[in-house]
Amino acid sequence: MAKRIGERTLRFENPPAVLAHAAAVGQKEGAGPLGKRFDLVAQDDRFDQKSWELAESHLQKKAIDLALEKGGMQASDLDMILAGDLLNQCIGSALASVDSGTAYLGLYGACSTMAEGLALGSCLIDGGAARRLLAAASSHFCSAERQYRFPLAYGGQRSPTAQWTATAAGAAVLGQMGSDIRVTHAIFGQQVEMGVKDASNMGAAMAPAACDTLSRLLRDMNAKPTDFDCIVTGDLGHVGADLVLTLLREQENLDLTPVYSDCGSLLYKEEQDAHAGGSGCGCSACVLCGPLLRDMHEGKIRRLIFAGTGALMSPTSIQQGQAIAGVCHAVVLERGGKS
Amino acid sequence: MNWMDYFNAFWVGGLICAICQIVIDKTKLTPARILVTLVVLGVILQGFGLYQPVVDYAGAGATVPLLGFGYSLAKGVAKAVAEQGLLGAFTGGVTGAAGGIAAAIVFGCLFALLSKPKSKS
Amino acid sequence: MNLDKEQYQQMLQQKSPNSPLWKDCLKAFLIGGLICMVGQGVSSFYKARGLSVADSAAATSITMVFIGALLTCLHLYEKIAKHAGAGTIVPITGFANAIVSPAMEFKSEGLVLGLGAKLFAIAGPVLVYGISASVIYGLILVIMQGA
Repeated sequence: MAKRIGERTLRFENPPAVLAHAAAVGQKEGAGPLGKRFDLVAQDDRFDQKSWELAESHLQKKAIDLALEKGGMQASDLDMILAGDLLNQCIGSALASVDSGTAYLGLYGACSTMAEGLALGSCLIDGGAARRLLAAASSHFCSAERQYRFPLAYGGQRSPTAQWTATAAGAAVLGQMGSDIRVTHAIFGQQVEMGVKDASNMGAAMAPAACDTLSRLLRDMNAKPTDFDCIVTGDLGHVGADLVLTLLREQENLDLTPVYSDCGSLLYKEEQDAHAGGSGCGCSACVLCGPLLRDMHEGKIRRLIFAGTGALMSPTSIQQGQAIAGVCHAVVLERGGKS
Repeated sequence: MNWMDYFNAFWVGGLICAICQIVIDKTKLTPARILVTLVVLGVILQGFGLYQPVVDYAGAGATVPLLGFGYSLAKGVAKAVAEQGLLGAFTGGVTGAAGGIAAAIVFGCLFALLSKPKSKS
Repeated sequence: MNLDKEQYQQMLQQKSPNSPLWKDCLKAFLIGGLICMVGQGVSSFYKARGLSVADSAAATSITMVFIGALLTCLHLYEKIAKHAGAGTIVPITGFANAIVSPAMEFKSEGLVLGLGAKLFAIAGPVLVYGISASVIYGLILVIMQGA
């Protein structure tokens, strides 16, 4: 059973193992700096589907199938699937797993969904509620644009602080044993709302929540930032990443600079015109389930904090003038130890 | 062909767009609000007789921006009220801008049916 | 974290890059101006064919809407608009773009509730407030006539 340490952090008594993982991305993400390190790069973002929503489901299903295949498993070997996306009622994930024949739980944590799924999944495995489960998350630029912003063919200009919703999906299988990469700790974060109302500056809306969760986690674990090889946030983008480093330095006296990265800042090249960087549930999911976990396998990273960040808002709440709250959930992944 | 007409259309039309760009960048007003503001402003300006001189000077430079849409609504109303009185207040505007509105609807449907979905990069 | 909302707003103002105003303006000016010049050419063409001033104005509107709709359908309007900003939003071609783009996008939800209903999702307010303003103006004219 997970044990609470400090104020909010959970330490797993039987740390769940990451048995397999896979990332599937769209064309633009495939052309980015991490392009070669994903399991699948789409030839066409539509995947011959009838709608962009189905294209997203297809992408998530691809990531799930690849993860299962890499782990030599089938969907029937899973006790449950925890998945989420940005579409209304999480329909992208629901449709992706409709034929899986296993228990399904839809999650919504906006772009923090992958971290939420891993943290929750780890609790379920550690507590014995599941032997093996899969956590997945996805987003698709085209389905997100039409739901949150403008039609694709609409001629609008993006603000320099706007982020680009990644066409990407990631999936990871957690089990009780069978791998030397384990989830040792998790923390569920609280919502932090600092009055940001601009939906094209979500990095700024999420940075305070990331600061809150990361500082609590380090305090609860009694650890320094440099005790980790890498601390990554989900998708704060360039603006949010700058803000979270400043907040942690000025408010918490923590310097993350030597070990810090942000999935949203890593996903695209400068000249790809993604403005402040990537976002969307798929952004952190594909960077974790592709490059980061590969680096852990190769021993380049031994201890990692993966902090998913989400902006909690809806098109309706934005039109009604509500401020955007951020939320951040994190897991600690370690390689080595008892296998 | 008078090249001055083209030059005037260019700089007046360009200036209207540039001013709107400043408003968009500075105020974060959404484009939809800008469009609404322009059309209503066009009606008001023409109502005070201020837009006709701009149209006379710049031609398409004044009628192609959405201010011109408001201008044609107002002009249509003024004509219809003079001819028909109260009824004209209701029919004049849409009559004045009928070509643009009907074209937008019909071409909107037509091209939407012909279009193929395509992702952005 | 002991930071109140106002302090955070100040901080994020500093950290958030602004739009490149002069560059944006120049591009809006050039492309917006160019579209108006095309309109002038179309209008001259109709006048030369013997249309009255009012008829050629209507024909010009229809032609410009057609051009805007065609470029939108070919996914070219959005590419120009990325640079032009207000230069492509403000001309009547932008009105056409605002009508065709949601119709294209929501075609997947059916011809009636998708294409038909969403056609006016962005440009509808323009008609609502434009026509309302014109009727109010007409009523004022009627009252003034009566006086």
